[in-house]
Amino acid sequence: MRWQLSALILFVISFLVISCANDQDIEFKRAYSAGEVVYTQHCQNCHGNNGEGLSALMPPLTDSVYLKQNKTQLACIIKFGLKDKLVIVSGKPYQNQMPPADLAPIEISQVLTYVKNSFGNKMGVVKVEDVNKDLGDCK
Amino acid sequence: MRNLFYALICVLALSACNNSASQKMLPIYGNREASTKTVDGKTVTDTIYQTIPKFNFINQYGDSISNKSLDGNIYVADFFFTTCPSICPVMHRNMLNVYKEFKNVGNFKIVSYTIDPKHDSVDVLKKYADKLGVTGNNWLFLQGQKEETYKLAKGYMVEAREGNVHDGYFILVDKQKRIRGSYLGTDPAEVTKMIADIKTLQAEPDQNIAQ
Ligand code: HEC
Repeated sequence: MRWQLSALILFVISFLVISCANDQDIEFKRAYSAGEVVYTQHCQNCHGNNGEGLSALMPPLTDSVYLKQNKTQLACIIKFGLKDKLVIVSGKPYQNQMPPADLAPIEISQVLTYVKNSFGNKMGVVKVEDVNKDLGDCK
Repeated sequence: MRNLFYALICVLALSACNNSASQKMLPIYGNREASTKTVDGKTVTDTIYQTIPKFNFINQYGDSISNKSLDGNIYVADFFFTTCPSICPVMHRNMLNVYKEFKNVGNFKIVSYTIDPKHDSVDVLKKYADKLGVTGNNWLFLQGQKEETYKLAKGYMVEAREGNVHDGYFILVDKQKRIRGSYLGTDPAEVTKMIADIKTLQAEPDQNIAQ
């Protein structure tokens, strides 16, 4: 009787854990595939099919270290663009213009989820709450 | 056995046919008119094809480049501007493959005309070329007067007008300055086809006469 109860509890717990993980998984997949669409429409022309950039004109999006170090700036970069700011990506200098993208915070979170989990990056979901917070602090 | 023999003949005949087709000529685009003249007392009819009009622009090194400077070259032309946020990065990502493919081949050039000469000064064009990774004289970035540039675009049968509007075509021009191909520069597959067509063109007897 006792082992049956504990088996049941174990079963319930593992069920909860799995379904919870599944929810996260679904959330990730949705954001990722929506982000892929945003990327194709708004970023791919400059940053390339595989985030490889273009010579010394357009920086690649494959530098996980850059993306981590500038985590809270990324939403601002997408929303307001960059103008002749010197950025060092993958050890190379870039100084060019990225135009502002007319995207809603949810789309920014999606495209960032896509970028941060493609091209060799693996950094998980970017939440829309975080994007909203970061946008509030743009310089 | 005899049937097999005939089948073999057929296959051979067909493949022979294919062979000659692969040494094909590229079409010649644009308007054409017939001109009749008298040579040695005989009347001959010549076809006169549309050619690229005259121009005189400045390249990324500050040198003046005219239609004459391109004499003896097969070349590809496009219209762009350095701050173009939409199709130009894609066009020049693809053009970079063309540049690399023919980098060490003589008598071939790429010519990119800016449609925003006010912003794209010689200095800006040089920086752009540097950042793109282009050196030497194989890929020229040209700057001229805006109205002249728009007019010239028509000569290449492409669209360029006020408000930095332009289309993304690559135009293939032969040594006689006739238009031999037009390819969507934003489509890697079309650009791959253009590279093949350039090689076909280079092999045409007409393109081998010294000029
Ligand atoms: C017109 C070309 C262009 C478009 C379109 C564009 N970018 Fe950029 N991006 C740039 C350039 C150029 C820089 C570097 C700016 C500088 O040098 O100051 C940059 C920088 C960045 C950076 C920081 C540096 C790096 O490489 O990590 C990120 C992140 C980024 N872009 C993401 C995006 C995303 C996401 C989109 C689509 C929403 C996008 N960009 C659309 C040209 C573009």
